[in-house]
Amino acid sequence: MLAKRIIPCLDVTAGRVVKGVNFVALRDAGDPVEIARRYDEQGADELTFLDITASSDDRDIILGIIERVAAQVFIPLTVGGGVRRVDDVRRLLNAGADKISINTSAVQNPQLVADASGRYGAQCIVVAIDAKRTGPGRWNVFTRGGRDDSGLDVLDWARRVESLGAGEILLTSMDRDGTRAGFDLDLTRAVADAVGIPVIASGGVGNLDHLVDGIITGHADAVLAASIFHYGEFSVADAKQRMAERGIEVRR
Amino acid sequence: MQTIAVIDYGMGNLRSVSKAIEHVAPQAHVVVTSDARVIGAASRVVFPGQGAMPDCMREMQASGLADAVRAAARTKPFLGICIGMQMIFDFSEEGGTTGLGLLAGTVKRFAGDMRGADGTRLKVPHMGWNRVHQHGSHPLWRGIEDDSRFYFVHSFYPVSAQAADCAGSSDYGIHFCCVVARDNIFGVQFHPEKSHRAGLALFANFVAWNP
Repeated sequence: MLAKRIIPCLDVTAGRVVKGVNFVALRDAGDPVEIARRYDEQGADELTFLDITASSDDRDIILGIIERVAAQVFIPLTVGGGVRRVDDVRRLLNAGADKISINTSAVQNPQLVADASGRYGAQCIVVAIDAKRTGPGRWNVFTRGGRDDSGLDVLDWARRVESLGAGEILLTSMDRDGTRAGFDLDLTRAVADAVGIPVIASGGVGNLDHLVDGIITGHADAVLAASIFHYGEFSVADAKQRMAERGIEVRR
Repeated sequence: MQTIAVIDYGMGNLRSVSKAIEHVAPQAHVVVTSDARVIGAASRVVFPGQGAMPDCMREMQASGLADAVRAAARTKPFLGICIGMQMIFDFSEEGGTTGLGLLAGTVKRFAGDMRGADGTRLKVPHMGWNRVHQHGSHPLWRGIEDDSRFYFVHSFYPVSAQAADCAGSSDYGIHFCCVVARDNIFGVQFHPEKSHRAGLALFANFVAWNP
């Protein structure tokens, strides 16, 4: 049976991991390559790198990081942040990324999803959706890091990106992101049930049971978390242990 | 020193494959190549592929490498990965594409309405870590525990015309063949280059394989 996936997320800016990473015995807590290796050793099923570099001058730094990680870590790597053109997709894939996550640019230019998927295959195109609740059972798609309301309904947009050729959806609740109060399970379940492609739940994980809830109640195919792993509170192995105890298939 | 050719016919990134082989075989010369002569001279050949099979076959024909691949698959240790494995079959339902015809069989698509044991809808592509059940012993399974998990990303799977050609299977709504083997050919639907220790072990076995 297919295992549910646990995906640590690394926010990278100008070549360093931010959001505070606090591994025990890590020589350099901000080095993305070393952190990626650590998560790999703990049994992470995939890794996601989010390039939040503000300056376009520093954008190419992520390519070198991905090259170095891909030479040492043999699990799938997803990279997102600032992907605007099919050529950005090509360069990241050539650097060693397996999947490319597209967010704001997909909303601004949906054809980008179709073009990138047509050229490189749906398996490597992830559409990241930042969702904010607008009413009971209703969420809108936000862009530019949660600043702009696109006016698009999340469920409509999820079905649309599936038909455009996305192979996976990375779904983040803007309401829960950073709160440690758990995933927005209504949102996760609504999207996971609306599409035929895998959905990764993101935003709000504060403990290991939240990961379990995302799978069992939210129907997510994978769960993504940053801070609970970064601060050394829990390892990926701890998360898998808890999920296995609750009857979820995991890779160990 | 042996040369291992990773065939490049213009379909995406082959860095992960070559890096994984270099990792387990630092003494080997791993070359990513689109040169038929290099493929012909190599001691082993890896035939990767990603994306859609119609595109891959079109690029194969355009590159003029189809004959070099056929020759390699007949004469030396040959490892097909994902679409590379699918292309060695006769035919794929994906775009009604004719393959290289090195193994008898057809590549089919997962149904869109498959349900898991708990009644939940199974997503397509089949993406993630699944168990691979080994059929019998094969040198490429050496040291790899039966039912180990490998990383899959695919919507199509091979249906071999010869049951004996199936060397491994997996379950996703249906029981399907995900590893094929005949003589010097070994083909896997999963991505060993993304399958952590089990995948690296498979590459190490391939590098040492003398069929």
